[in-house]
Amino acid sequence: MRFHVDQNRRIARGVYRMELTGDTRELTRPGQFVQVALPGFYLRRPLSVCDWVKGEQGSLTLIYKALGQGTRQLGEMQPGDSLDLLTGLGNGYDVDGLPDVQACERPLLVGGGVGTPPLFGLCKALLVLGKKPVVVLGFGTADEIFLDREFADLGVSVHLCTLDGSAGRKGLVTLGMQELRGQFDYVFACGPEPMLRAVHAQAQESGIPGQYSFEERMACGFGVCMGCSCETKYGSRRICKDGPVLRGEEIRW
Amino acid sequence: MVDTTVNLSGWVLDNPVMAASGTFGYGQEMRQFYDINILGSFSFKGTTLQPCFGNPTPRIAECPAGMLNAVGLQNPGIHHVIAHELPELATFFHKPVVANISGFSLEEYVECCRLIDGAPQVGLIEVNVSCPNVHGGGMAFGMAPDSAAQVTKAVKAVTTKPVYIKLSPNAPDIVAVAKACEDAGADGLSLINTLLGMRIHLGKRRPLLANTMGGLSGPAIFPVALRMVYQVAQAVKIPLIGMGGIATAEDVLEMMLAGAAAVQVGAQNLTDPYACRTIIQDLPLAMERHGITKLQDIIGGAWK
Repeated sequence: MRFHVDQNRRIARGVYRMELTGDTRELTRPGQFVQVALPGFYLRRPLSVCDWVKGEQGSLTLIYKALGQGTRQLGEMQPGDSLDLLTGLGNGYDVDGLPDVQACERPLLVGGGVGTPPLFGLCKALLVLGKKPVVVLGFGTADEIFLDREFADLGVSVHLCTLDGSAGRKGLVTLGMQELRGQFDYVFACGPEPMLRAVHAQAQESGIPGQYSFEERMACGFGVCMGCSCETKYGSRRICKDGPVLRGEEIRW
Repeated sequence: MVDTTVNLSGWVLDNPVMAASGTFGYGQEMRQFYDINILGSFSFKGTTLQPCFGNPTPRIAECPAGMLNAVGLQNPGIHHVIAHELPELATFFHKPVVANISGFSLEEYVECCRLIDGAPQVGLIEVNVSCPNVHGGGMAFGMAPDSAAQVTKAVKAVTTKPVYIKLSPNAPDIVAVAKACEDAGADGLSLINTLLGMRIHLGKRRPLLANTMGGLSGPAIFPVALRMVYQVAQAVKIPLIGMGGIATAEDVLEMMLAGAAAVQVGAQNLTDPYACRTIIQDLPLAMERHGITKLQDIIGGAWK
């Protein structure tokens, strides 16, 4: 699927925000991802969807970190350039199907670094459903922070944590979580695996269910190569197809 | 009008383009992209007797013009495939399929092939003696003529369908292995599987793949695959399915000129899920451009 780059700018240290136009009708849930083809690279780059407007001429927001050669090349793309994307990949967050999600009123959204973007689309979806989300974001330093104002603009309270204390509370997202104890009844998280593990451990202490979005090196992104499988309590799951979002209770932490 | 049909041991395919094992699952995930009935056929995910989880992750690494995988034969096992995957496949794919079978011991190859031989949808059995990502079996059988012949003979004794042996490019002498399989009764050969390779994570100063090594596929290996098909085709009389880095209709023509009776497209499906469709659409045009009216006539044309 051809997408046109409308905007591509740096919004934090090493982090870029890209606005695109194209057919977004295959996107159905927050937390899904796209596979971006880059000239000169054999495999596509999986990037989580931050936000989108559904339509044949829809719009798409991707926020990504320039980590390797591929994403650095993506950072150099200009308005007017076009990209080949596979969209609507992965299961995404379930916001209204599972009984425990239906029952929750004050979900906590926990994002670590570049795990933050999909939580933005999720936050909007939860607000539409009448939920009252609270957001905890963790970054390394103040100059790595992004999306905090956009979350605030949605009218949700944002609790920032940085490793060096240069903004918000000094510490990990679990510190922010501790301070909000008793004020949330569900957890949605996306970030590095150690963070997910710590967030789940803390949520479990209070018996709070949740959904966790994982990352894994993948080839296809649509479930055929078995490159990104992980073992769960209920058998093997492909992060790209059965995930990237898994329920806390099915994961072998 | 050009004629794209080819013949594999009596099975006439509409066109020579099949999707390779491990890049097409059991068909289910690919039907969302296009009607897979346009394919000549496809080879389903390498299946073993017992369910197999495979290797730890990371299993995938990128390379210039290709990729490494160390999946390690993850599959739900032959019983699940026969009871669930094949009946499901029958609802949307109306051509015979290639059954790709692997094993960790001779007995497993035999039992697995015996079971799949009874599945009516199977057009031919492709016996993988060349997976580089499993220990103790797999590629070990494909490394030497004797062991490859042993598997061939044992499998032929329990099957009625055509048996094609999938060869490893990592064998010291692939032509010798090919001849040994032919002598042992193989109906055809598939070549090549992936080439053993590795990458190192610079930050960690450790192998990038959890399995240390993995199989290289993609356009990077096309010239190697072509050379091996060219050599093996001249040494045996049985038909060959050529594969390894095919990405365009022109690659298909080259592979057939080298001696392949049909081809498989592998890694390209993973980076472009429409790869097979594009190649099949382009094939008649490429044939016309190169003055080919009947595809079957060009097999081995580069050396005949």
